[in-house]
Amino acid sequence: MKPNKTLDCFGLLCPMPIVKTANEMKKMKVGEVLEVLATDIGIKGDMPAWCKATGQEYLGVEEKEGEYKVYVKKVKE
Amino acid sequence: MEKEKFNIVVFSGDMDKVLAAFILATTAASMNMEVRMFFTFWGLNVLRKKKFTSGKNLLQKLMNFMNKGGAGRLPLSRFNMLGMGPMMMKAMMKQSKVPSIEEFVKMSVDMGIKLVACTTTFSFMGFKEEDFIDGIDSYTGAATFLGEVREGRVSYFI
Repeated sequence: MKPNKTLDCFGLLCPMPIVKTANEMKKMKVGEVLEVLATDIGIKGDMPAWCKATGQEYLGVEEKEGEYKVYVKKVKE
Repeated sequence: MEKEKFNIVVFSGDMDKVLAAFILATTAASMNMEVRMFFTFWGLNVLRKKKFTSGKNLLQKLMNFMNKGGAGRLPLSRFNMLGMGPMMMKAMMKQSKVPSIEEFVKMSVDMGIKLVACTTTFSFMGFKEEDFIDGIDSYTGAATFLGEVREGRVSYFI
């Protein structure tokens, strides 16, 4: 997957990855994909929940040795 | 689309409880909810400036000397141990990159979270507006807050 932007949230705990994602997504254009890098396991549940609440598209998560890459697509303003 | 409303009464002035309130508030705001935090009783300490004391009469001044204001000097609900607990907790929060309460207050204002101060506590403690930080949305009573609560599905009391 080729993201348009990457957001580094390594070492950050809840709620910061979600707060930063919401902030970053505001600056992006519809159709663009954001990659969020995180180490907090909570992101696995939080990101789909955030997408459901805001109407953005959750594309999935890649997990490797305690590091998570989460992909979110902006589908609306 | 009208935003869903999330209302929190922050009654406690304990650092740990206030932290929980801010985590929920900032998350809710990130999830496009309209968030309102109603600070009352000890909770008002979060919005107070760091001062030696405040109040209009002697009793109020004495009480506000003991009841220290300022988001940076809230006690812990457990293991306060004359300030040792909060010091350790702050250091641990820093280690884990958790924002401090002061940072959460600023973040909340930037995110458009409405910080509301209770006028009853404000008056009987003898506070003045100059005792409080900038960024407070309004000073209101319970009925105004409950008016908002009625329109929302989720309300918490912390």
